Amino acid sequence: MHAAFGWLVEPGFFSSAPVRTAALVGGVAAVVSGIVGAFTVMRGQSFAGHALADVSAAGGSAAFLIGISPLLGFVGMAGLAAGGMEAVGVERARGRDLATGIVLGAGLGLAALLLYFDSTSTSTTGAAISVLFGSMFAIAPSIIPWAAGLSALVALAVLLAYRPLLLSSLDPDLAAVRGVRVRVFETLHLLALAAAVALSALTIGAILSTALLVGPGAAALRVARRPGWSLVWAAGIGLGCTWLGILLAYDSYDWPPGHRGWPVSFFIVALVFVAYVAGGIFHRVRRDRRDHRDRRGTSARQAHATAGSA
Amino acid sequence: MFSGFMVTTWVVATVVAVVAGVVGFFVVARGSAFAAHALPLGAFSGAAAAALAGVSTLVGLVGFSVLGAVGISRLSHRARRDVATALVLVVLLGLGALFLSMTSEYAPEIYSLLFGEVIGVSTSSITPIAVLGAICVVMVAVAWRPLLLSSISPELGEVAGVSSGRMELWFLLVLAAVTAMALPVVGALLVFSLMVGPPAAARSFTSKPHVALAGSVLVAVVTVWAAIAVSYQTNWPVGFFVGIIGAGAYFVGRSWSWWVQTGRSGWRLRRGAALRDGRPRTASLRGAPAPR
Repeated sequence: MHAAFGWLVEPGFFSSAPVRTAALVGGVAAVVSGIVGAFTVMRGQSFAGHALADVSAAGGSAAFLIGISPLLGFVGMAGLAAGGMEAVGVERARGRDLATGIVLGAGLGLAALLLYFDSTSTSTTGAAISVLFGSMFAIAPSIIPWAAGLSALVALAVLLAYRPLLLSSLDPDLAAVRGVRVRVFETLHLLALAAAVALSALTIGAILSTALLVGPGAAALRVARRPGWSLVWAAGIGLGCTWLGILLAYDSYDWPPGHRGWPVSFFIVALVFVAYVAGGIFHRVRRDRRDHRDRRGTSARQAHATAGSA
Repeated sequence: MFSGFMVTTWVVATVVAVVAGVVGFFVVARGSAFAAHALPLGAFSGAAAAALAGVSTLVGLVGFSVLGAVGISRLSHRARRDVATALVLVVLLGLGALFLSMTSEYAPEIYSLLFGEVIGVSTSSITPIAVLGAICVVMVAVAWRPLLLSSISPELGEVAGVSSGRMELWFLLVLAAVTAMALPVVGALLVFSLMVGPPAAARSFTSKPHVALAGSVLVAVVTVWAAIAVSYQTNWPVGFFVGIIGAGAYFVGRSWSWWVQTGRSGWRLRRGAALRDGRPRTASLRGAPAPR
């Protein structure tokens, strides 16, 4: 047991400062993305979530360019894009796909321009890679309080608005009849989405943050029996995948081919996908077992009825 | 601007714009913008894989984009379409991140694969682009009627014997071919912007499919030409201008259809109000009390 633990956890894992920062910031980002992502999957807004992440890359590159905190850049640009989508009418089911696509196209254009400025001003492509694919082990410790504060704020807002937000996600018409101001909660969801996406863009990169947003939420909705539990499951799955991914990436420094380590983003995405597939299998097994039980129950009742009548 | 090496650029960009305009018409009609974004972005991992394995970039691109198309189609059986698309995209990109970390010489090319390097295209890239572009157009042409039917009304298509699942897979394969064609020269971003903005703008002006298709091609070609011209002058990336001009075209189209709609319905409302009253507005002047 102890030997297995020693094999899994390379020496120095718990005492390394970059690992601790990555585990902290990545952990809160995963929890918030999981909670918000469950709502995003319920609302069928995965494309909007991914588009916000891509557009936030423009903010990340702008932050590189003018030398401010990358978190500020990601959050600012994602918030701006959320406002743009709200204005184009992204929450209306008809034409939502198109409106998201238009905002995404314009935002990516902006990202191209800013990354171009980055590469001409610093003459490296490091900025592009770090913005798009993340730089988890290079997060400045000074970001921790800001990331934690923003995560707490988003989680608090979602939990306070839990019931009306859930109702308006599952059935907007019913919510409107029951007096929920659906539009307010649409905006709240988009803003929470922007914040969650910006947080995970900081850790696993802008174009991969969709994994932490959609994967745990979709897996949780297959596993959980009640909507409330799906939020807990999503946060748990996201957190588990992130921490296990960090551990594996730390271990992989000794792996072939280059002794440079495998990227942590790859491990997190792979684990999230495994969790999604496992959730599907779990769901099917439980459904089959329930069907089987139901059928047996029916035949038993029938047998009882025939015995009674005889 | 029209000298030697730029001629190739103009030719390649025009071919890409025509194909993107044709396919984009269906992207907008089917609401497939997410897939049109995910396949090019995910397939760029194929280029990284090809660099790692030492084979031609085109092989990697075709392999990964077909893999993505089949993956989205398979996963859509069990999950919502947007969730399936998102998951396939992140899995492909995750693999891309892994391959990129294993090759060192490849890193500078990421930017150009994502955002395009249309200025300075080599003449040798014309042939694969022309062939793949022709394949895309033929794939759309042979399935024109069922594709259109299943885009406008999947239920009606099923009644007429058009399987919507099979049409979806066919269209995803068309998108995969567009991806393999466009990615090496114009980048993932540019081809996506071209497949969304111009067709959406064209659809605001007409409801006839053939006219909308022609308009979509026209707007796409004009967008690309304008973007290349401005990019040549300013030296800024061409993807930026395509993104901005595409979004601008969409807003012009939206404003036009909004203006037409409100103009007509406003006229109808006024006329309807007068008809409902059933009497001249001057009734109260003649002594009878006006109806409240």
